[in-house]
Amino acid sequence: MKKAFAIVLVALLAMTALMASGASEEAATVSTDGSTSMEKVILSLAEQYMADNPGVNITYNPTGSGTGITAALEGRCDIGLSSRALKDSEKESGLTETVVAYDGIAIIVNADNPVTDLSIEQIAGLFSGAITNWSEVGGADAPVVPVGREAGSGTRSGFEEIVGVVDSCKYSQELTSTGAVITAVSQNPGAIGYASLASNLDSVKMVTVGGIEASEATVKSGEYAIQRPFVFATKTDTALSEAAQNFFDYCVSPEAAEIITAAGAVSIH
Amino acid sequence: MGIKEFLATKGYASNPRRLMEDLIHLVFLILGLVAVGSVLVITIYLVISGLPAIVEIGPIEFLFGTRWASTAREPEFGILPFILTSIYGTGGAILIGVPIGFFSAVYLARMAPKKLREMMELCIGVLAGIPSVVYGLVGMTILVPGIRVLFNVPDGASLLAAIVVLTVMILPSVINVSLSALDAVPREYEEASLALGATNIETYFRVTVPAAKSGIFTAIVLGIGRAIGEAMAIMMVAGNVANMPSLFSSVRFLTTAIASEMSYSSGLQRQALFSIALVLFLFIMIINAILNMLKKGNQKI
Repeated sequence: MKKAFAIVLVALLAMTALMASGASEEAATVSTDGSTSMEKVILSLAEQYMADNPGVNITYNPTGSGTGITAALEGRCDIGLSSRALKDSEKESGLTETVVAYDGIAIIVNADNPVTDLSIEQIAGLFSGAITNWSEVGGADAPVVPVGREAGSGTRSGFEEIVGVVDSCKYSQELTSTGAVITAVSQNPGAIGYASLASNLDSVKMVTVGGIEASEATVKSGEYAIQRPFVFATKTDTALSEAAQNFFDYCVSPEAAEIITAAGAVSIH
Repeated sequence: MGIKEFLATKGYASNPRRLMEDLIHLVFLILGLVAVGSVLVITIYLVISGLPAIVEIGPIEFLFGTRWASTAREPEFGILPFILTSIYGTGGAILIGVPIGFFSAVYLARMAPKKLREMMELCIGVLAGIPSVVYGLVGMTILVPGIRVLFNVPDGASLLAAIVVLTVMILPSVINVSLSALDAVPREYEEASLALGATNIETYFRVTVPAAKSGIFTAIVLGIGRAIGEAMAIMMVAGNVANMPSLFSSVRFLTTAIASEMSYSSGLQRQALFSIALVLFLFIMIINAILNMLKKGNQKI
């Protein structure tokens, strides 16, 4: 009796395994891997594309720009996602970059902070420790608490390069997600931080940079200074699979512009 | 040799039940080897992937360097701040958590009414089951702003916040292990002491506690093990800047150093993170060795 039960169980397991593998063979899979900042954009694009093209399955692995680029290079995914331009060393190792969208990096302060506008120089001073009190930039007499992202984050390297504070930031906190930065800034009256324009910034105050407010229009026109590209990294000498190439073409086509905009980023079109 | 002959040589043909017994035996052996195999694979993997960066950076510079700037143009990989932070953080949590946990255990084991003990044990069980990310979340939204206001510092995300979170996290294991050690002390010891005219308190601290000594040490070492290995909760409250540790500065532990940079790391930075893991692994091995020695000591009593 027990034996019979065991045989049935094994047969069932074998059948599920067969069915599972059969199903994945029918659908073409396009794997993407990389930047967590691009999550909203890539998931919106994938959702729309999968709805339009049944039988195609697009996966997204939120690992970070560095990991995504490595994954693309090692062939572990079809398209690597990076929220920074590829380094020369990465291009030399056999990758091509294609800009799909732009992202503005918003400078955020606590909602109770009276400061409304900062210049790039002031922002650099606030993060590098040259300015330690808000009264120096027209705010209240309170210590400045710079909150940033961890080393290797695309948002961090994007911000530091544009503002010119690479390796010289005196952070008070280094947090591992945009959400954590926003939470930390919303809780500390002296805090200043940076976050992707695509994220939800309701609980904090966004300052204008050199008098220009961060918005889709100002990022696209290039007026707003603190912005970075969203990049697809693909292997230079190996062609994408047919499904991956189709998805790639869709993402850079004018059709996708609306979806990219809805996801909070700025389309190239 | 066909299957039939093979079965016959082993005597299975005449005794099918023995075949079943041996098969099951084999299955259990394989299952047992899963744990052993995992430890081996992890150890070998950590050594292989952790050593290259240590060799490249230089063991002295790696272990005793005071500056960590992994993505700078001229990167520096000194992990002394992380090692010291882990030691201070764990030490602080032990310093605060062990007395609290130990006295709670003495109270629960010897003084508390039965109903109250049951209720408190239930609470401790719940405390032990709370996921560490929840500790981090509460710490981040209540403790960090609280420290900022209470001590009038610019930012509350600090070593102190991490110590407080770790203290609460190690309490359940310290209390539970101390409690079972105290419960295991024979009643006769205490009765003898009381009969000699000692008060209750004298009896608890002069007779019961010394008898449960090695169990209590085990509790402390378990607490250290839990505290030094924790990452998620302290990542949310400690600020994660690679400063040399001081009570109100933003600090990074060995665990959070790995966790916070791993997702975006590449090249030597990634290798160095594996080296940090190797150092952390050695710490844990030492703690486990101490724990095993204590357990052997326990058996002698």
